[in-house]
Amino acid sequence: MDALVAQYSRPTFQSKATEDLDELQQDERPTLSLKFAIPPVAQPASWLRAVTDDHSNPNVPIKLAHGTTTLAFRFQGGIIVCTDSRATAGNWIASQTVKKVIEINSCLLGTMAGGAADCQYWLAYLGMQCRLHELRHKRRITVAAASKILANLTYSYKGMGLSMGTMLAGVTPSEGPALYYVDSDGSRLSGNLFCVGSGQTFAYGVLDAEYHYDLTTEEALELGRRAIIAASRPRNNTNLSVD
Amino acid sequence: MAMFSQNPLMNGPNYSFNQAPATASDGHKQHGFYPYTDNGGSTLAISGADFTIMAGDTRSTSGYSINTRYKPKVFKIGGTTASQNDATIVLSVVGFAADGEALKERLDAVVKMYRYQHGKPMSVKACAQRLSTILYGKRFFPYYVTAILGGLDEEGKGVVYSYDPVGSYEREMCRAAGAAASLIMPFLDNQVNFKNQYEPESGAGHELQEREKIPLPRGEVEDLVKDAFDSAVERHIEVGDGLQMMIVTKDGIEERYLPLKKD
Repeated sequence: MDALVAQYSRPTFQSKATEDLDELQQDERPTLSLKFAIPPVAQPASWLRAVTDDHSNPNVPIKLAHGTTTLAFRFQGGIIVCTDSRATAGNWIASQTVKKVIEINSCLLGTMAGGAADCQYWLAYLGMQCRLHELRHKRRITVAAASKILANLTYSYKGMGLSMGTMLAGVTPSEGPALYYVDSDGSRLSGNLFCVGSGQTFAYGVLDAEYHYDLTTEEALELGRRAIIAASRPRNNTNLSVD
Repeated sequence: MAMFSQNPLMNGPNYSFNQAPATASDGHKQHGFYPYTDNGGSTLAISGADFTIMAGDTRSTSGYSINTRYKPKVFKIGGTTASQNDATIVLSVVGFAADGEALKERLDAVVKMYRYQHGKPMSVKACAQRLSTILYGKRFFPYYVTAILGGLDEEGKGVVYSYDPVGSYEREMCRAAGAAASLIMPFLDNQVNFKNQYEPESGAGHELQEREKIPLPRGEVEDLVKDAFDSAVERHIEVGDGLQMMIVTKDGIEERYLPLKKD
């Protein structure tokens, strides 16, 4: 009742003004409010696939940028994250200078394979959630928790047509170096070694043959580099390590 | 009409999606919703040490028809007047012109609101991030556009941000987009980023030294843009009629129009 009284006892000019302001701010709110435009058809997901999925039909009208090869592994010195830097849209090489290792915060890295926009957007969103977690709980988020946020997110969009295969690597006081794999099907796996993307099989071939946990940092970097080269082209690859 | 619907060039997309085959890969017939048309054309952006040049041809096509010979693809964003003569950011959109127009209007409104609410113009960096989220907001019903954003960064250096249709973006030295991207981009790789250029007599194989990368002077870049479009017009039927160029410097945006072949 009090609420009702409060609602109607305000002078009208005031409520009008605040409403206007609300409307303005609503317009201004970034689309991170997770509201997406949906095509006006019965099956939005299959429509989306018909216009964007260049795997099942090479003549689709809209070709999206995709990442190719990424790998990460845990070893005695920490975690190595290694990616190539190429993005493709169908047969077209959209870029040779992509940054596929995305810093979520100072000690959490995410990798980009699959849809470039999906990874960029959702890892930025994850960065926001991690920062909020940090502010709420006064300590940095664990890799396990961060990966769970992302996995729950991708699971909630399952079947809508997202495409991402990402690895989250980070070091926290409670976990030490931790590595998780999260993809757009909603899978979330923890492990010592992952390769993701169209070049994953080639990278696994090199990595599985030579990998062991007690690699020195130099050996581990060199191994990561060789695995990426096997999967794509020499040079043009970024190497980042977390110690 | 259907028998002429395939793009003879480079196995590219069909000219109009109305003529696209109605069969999906799984063999089922699909009817109904084709909201997109490819209006052809091409855009190009190159950044220099203290300037950015954004250019686009002005032909608009659908299928083998020319809708008009003057439909600008390059726009000023975020000015305070109707003529946008105090804007500092340029946007180019190529693909489906109606989606491009909608995207431009939306970004322009956002940048104007930012100035109104914060009392200062939006930085190109912030604008670039915002454009990405606008594009991603239509992840499940994409804008059929390839956008390029240009301007000057906080240090006054030229910047170019290039986008895919759903908003993945990257800062680059140069980018070509649209129908003739596959014709122009390799030329730019060679002439702007000096790809496959090596120091003379630096050896063979792994000994080869790559030519040092330096930002190009403005006059040279203008010539490069003109040459790129003249060449694209020669070999692509969807590109031609006119070349619209916007040159962003610290003194503002200079707009220039040059004729291209109309055949």
